Amino acid sequence: MSIGHTLLGLLEAGPRHGYDLKRAFDERFGHDRPLHYGQVYSTMSRLLKNGLVVVEGIEPGGGPERKRYAITDAGITDVADWLATPEKPEPYLQSTLYTKVVLALMTGRGAAELLDTQRAEHLRLMRELTRRKKDGDLADQLICDHALFHLEADLRWLELTAARLDRLAEEVRR
Amino acid sequence: MNPRIWARDLALGARFAVTGGRSGVLRTLLTAAGVGFGVALLLLASSLPNMLFQREVRESARAPDASHRMIEEPGPGTFLHYTQYSSYRGAALSGLLLKPEGPGAAVPPGTDGVPAAGEMLVSPALGRLLGSPEGALLKERLPYEVVGTIGEPGLIGPNELRYVAHAPFLTTDNYDGRGLRYGWSVPEEPMNAFLLLLVVIAYVVLLLPVLVFIGTAARFGGEQRDRRLAALRLVGADNATTRRVAAGESLAGALLGLVVGAGLFLASRQFAGTVEIWDVNAFPSDVVPHTLLALLVLAVVPVSSVVVTLLALRGVAIEPLGVVRTSTPRRRRLWWRLLILAAGAALLVPAVGGIQVEDTGIDTFTIGAGTVLVLIGLTGLLPWLVEAAVKRLRGGPVSWQLAVRRLQLSSGTAARAVSGIVVAAAGAIALQMLFQAMEHTFTAETGHDTSRAQLQTSLDARDGADARRTIDRLAAVEGVTGVIGTVDSHVYRHGPLKPGEEFRPIAPFSVGDCASLREYAVLPSCADGDVFVVVPPKGATDAPDAPRIRETARPGALVTLRDPAETKGTVPEWRIPATARVVTARPDPVGLHRYGVLATPRAIGAAPLENPRSEVLVRLDPSLPDAPEVVRNAALEIDPTATVRGLSDTEQSSKFLSVRTGILVGSTLTMLLVAASLLVATLEQLRDRKRLLSSLVAFGTRRTTLGCSVLWQTAVPIALGLALAVAGGLGLGSVLLAMTGQRVHDWWVFLPVVGVGAALIAAVTLLSLPLLWRLMRADGLRTE
Amino acid sequence: MNTAPLLEATGLSKAYGPTAALSGADFALRAGEVVAVMGPSGSGKSTLLHCLAGIVRPDAGTLAYDGRDITALSDTARSALRRTDFGFVFQFGQLVPELSCVENVALPLRLNGEKRKAAEARALEWLARLEVDDTAAKRPGEISGGQGQRVAVARALVSSPRVIFADEPTGALDSLNGERVMRLLTDASRDTGAAVVLVTHEARVAAWSDREVVVRDGSVRSSEWAA
Repeated sequence: MSIGHTLLGLLEAGPRHGYDLKRAFDERFGHDRPLHYGQVYSTMSRLLKNGLVVVEGIEPGGGPERKRYAITDAGITDVADWLATPEKPEPYLQSTLYTKVVLALMTGRGAAELLDTQRAEHLRLMRELTRRKKDGDLADQLICDHALFHLEADLRWLELTAARLDRLAEEVRR
Repeated sequence: MNPRIWARDLALGARFAVTGGRSGVLRTLLTAAGVGFGVALLLLASSLPNMLFQREVRESARAPDASHRMIEEPGPGTFLHYTQYSSYRGAALSGLLLKPEGPGAAVPPGTDGVPAAGEMLVSPALGRLLGSPEGALLKERLPYEVVGTIGEPGLIGPNELRYVAHAPFLTTDNYDGRGLRYGWSVPEEPMNAFLLLLVVIAYVVLLLPVLVFIGTAARFGGEQRDRRLAALRLVGADNATTRRVAAGESLAGALLGLVVGAGLFLASRQFAGTVEIWDVNAFPSDVVPHTLLALLVLAVVPVSSVVVTLLALRGVAIEPLGVVRTSTPRRRRLWWRLLILAAGAALLVPAVGGIQVEDTGIDTFTIGAGTVLVLIGLTGLLPWLVEAAVKRLRGGPVSWQLAVRRLQLSSGTAARAVSGIVVAAAGAIALQMLFQAMEHTFTAETGHDTSRAQLQTSLDARDGADARRTIDRLAAVEGVTGVIGTVDSHVYRHGPLKPGEEFRPIAPFSVGDCASLREYAVLPSCADGDVFVVVPPKGATDAPDAPRIRETARPGALVTLRDPAETKGTVPEWRIPATARVVTARPDPVGLHRYGVLATPRAIGAAPLENPRSEVLVRLDPSLPDAPEVVRNAALEIDPTATVRGLSDTEQSSKFLSVRTGILVGSTLTMLLVAASLLVATLEQLRDRKRLLSSLVAFGTRRTTLGCSVLWQTAVPIALGLALAVAGGLGLGSVLLAMTGQRVHDWWVFLPVVGVGAALIAAVTLLSLPLLWRLMRADGLRTE
Repeated sequence: MNTAPLLEATGLSKAYGPTAALSGADFALRAGEVVAVMGPSGSGKSTLLHCLAGIVRPDAGTLAYDGRDITALSDTARSALRRTDFGFVFQFGQLVPELSCVENVALPLRLNGEKRKAAEARALEWLARLEVDDTAAKRPGEISGGQGQRVAVARALVSSPRVIFADEPTGALDSLNGERVMRLLTDASRDTGAAVVLVTHEARVAAWSDREVVVRDGSVRSSEWAA
């Protein structure tokens, strides 16, 4: 999961302090693992260096958490590219995909399209596995089947999420 | 077997039947309607004996005292009576003419008193007829003034045309008798054997299809009921319990059917008076079912509904998760089916030739049981026949293949539904044959030759001249194109009684013109003045007094024209001319032979004849339909006690025609019942195969292909059933005919029945098509 | 692959009563390709298939088969087209229970007017090809679900159709049997050059296709040409 893209996406709603960013992240995505301040600081300085964010103002007191960040046009494009690029189908993708869906919703991008693209990618891999399985021996078949079942589970999750997009959008906007 | 448990389970099933959702209720109602219809028919059939018996009771109750004791002298309570039978435009008409001889004369049943001279009381139907323009001609015939109405006790049916008139012209010379009171004892056994046989067979023919219908109805709504029964098993009911519950469902339908049937019967009873079959119509109060037969219906219908359902579930395992039908049914065996048929035949065949039409004490049980066994045997034969026949079918177009394969897999369902048709059709065919034979017998026995004359009457005359005048008057009536008329009397052998003779031998004597005489004998030549002698041939069955005729009627013999023993004073004598020719008799238009002396008017004056009668046969102008009525009027004007007989046998046939139409209608209604159940089965089957039909449509099956397959599927079993019914019905009919010593007259009686069957095939197919078309729309494929 | 589509639908709409099953769906099928139609239940997948196959006449939109507009064809003409050019496999309940398997497979040929002997000979070949020739004389009630579906596939293929429409063909089968049916279906269709429209909600079944389209709320959401 890319913390940088996530933080960038959060900034799209408007400039924020580092502290606010951490709180917003933890609230939405850090259910089991809250971000450290250090992580926020290092990520933001990397984004600053790449010109994806700018510092809009500094509160008195110093420290990265006192800086107010704003996203640049380059930053917006970067988030869009990230959201549009399907993840390589692999097990335990959900948290990334979930983050992407929420961010897409938050930033007013097409979450459904995102899911469709992802499904297409999943199916592409599944097709490949199916082909490999068809021509392979029993061991190949068993291995491919294992992957296929996992991918299918992901796809089911995608379907389910797609079916619940409206409700998710409501919650995100609240 | 615990009655309490049975009652509990049956009641539970009955509750399902009336609360089992829309289709469950529909099924119960359908069963009730079918059973009710059958029960009503059965009750009507079982009322027939009583209905006919009540007619005889009424007939006897109103008959003037006919005890064998002659009342010689008039008294204050005596009356002279004469019963007049006539017909008017084909409808029977009867009247009682009365002449009281004292103030205390008995009052005829149904009246308040004897009408005054020249007045009459009429039945309501006759009153209506006389009051309408249609009755104008009849009014001329009845020269009495209508002063009142005859009540129910004086009538045998509500539509009877009847009058009671005070006729002052009645004398001891033209009366039927002198009476003191009305009514005489009623015969104990009212029915003749033939009629009883008909009722028994009609009863069986009606009862069996009702049972078959109950059996089919028990299988209506199979899927839904299966689910319900399975659910019962799931909550812990054992197999026997679920079966009893299923039986309870059928029982509810059957009981409801009994109620419906009783209602239909009571309602249709009210129409007994308006319907006239075979000149019989009855007062509703006389339409009472025979107690034993009615009880039989009341018992057999519900019990059989339970038994049939239990039998139907025999090959079915009701499991908690669903109902399993044994996929490969047992092969049907032939032997026990034939055994039943043979048993029936064994009961019937020994009775062949053993029954006279006049018998009243026929062995109802044996014949009834035999008929039942034969019909059941035929019904039982059907499933085997369908299975055996269908097994051999193959090839043909797709629609045929679909139908045949379906029948091969479950021929039982179709055969069961159709078996009702077998009973109804076979029974109807047998009944038709019986009636046709009866019809033939009746018209053959009359032997009337309607091409020679259409009416016959014989009228009293004072003397020969008077008789002659009567003939001339009838010849002059409008619409009469020819008259065969003779003045009839007798001649007596001359001389004293011979030893051993109790009375003087006599021979009939007829005087008429050559044309008329030719109707009675084959005359080589004839001129006025000729005399002929007609001697009965040896072995003539219609001349028991042949020896006496031969002794009296000899050319050259002297005869007296009156009985010397009865006549005072001189007896006119006459010598039969020696030139008289002996000729052979020819059947007259009525079909009788006249033996004795035939003379032309110039050979002997008619004047001296004793008590001559004018015997007149009338030919009518066929273009005048009322000609017979005009002749009847004329005859009654000449002689108020005259009887005019119609020789035309059309009246007779139309009576039978209505009975045969009745049988056809009855069997059609029964078959309609069967067709209804077949239709329900077909519709259910179609609905069950919704998905299959839709998928067949998907890969491009034509409507006609599927429609034809429904047609074949209906047609094959019905056609086989009808073939079996025709064979069985003709067989049964000929055995029953042989029993009463009659011949089969027309082997083609089955054609109308087969026609009805074909119509039913078409009807069932056509009526299932709308559903088929609807199911063939793609909706059946929708899973979402 | 730049050939014109074999079957092309534009703006298909179909409503059952007040509920719209399809609203403006576009679809294109090239000769010989296997396309999976996916989507949640109730999305209109089956309705799309029924419209494409000419079983159901759409309320609006056009449908062209082999360059010919078949939207306006009569019921009879569409039936004839289905008999000659299309094959069908459904989830269940499609085999006539009274007919033996070989007779079931021969049915489309016989509906096309072929003689019984010849039709059944060819049906037998197809049964063998789908590895169910041992069921030839049996009735559908006497064979397993997997065998039944393979018989159904044989029936869909026997008339050498150019398009096979398969609606959840493995819906009633377990994974192994489902896979076997899919393998035989796709192999056979590739061998004969028949295109397949495969309606399924299962990704593992859709994975046998060349590409997939998704139906959502009555319209086709993504439709991209296979690489």
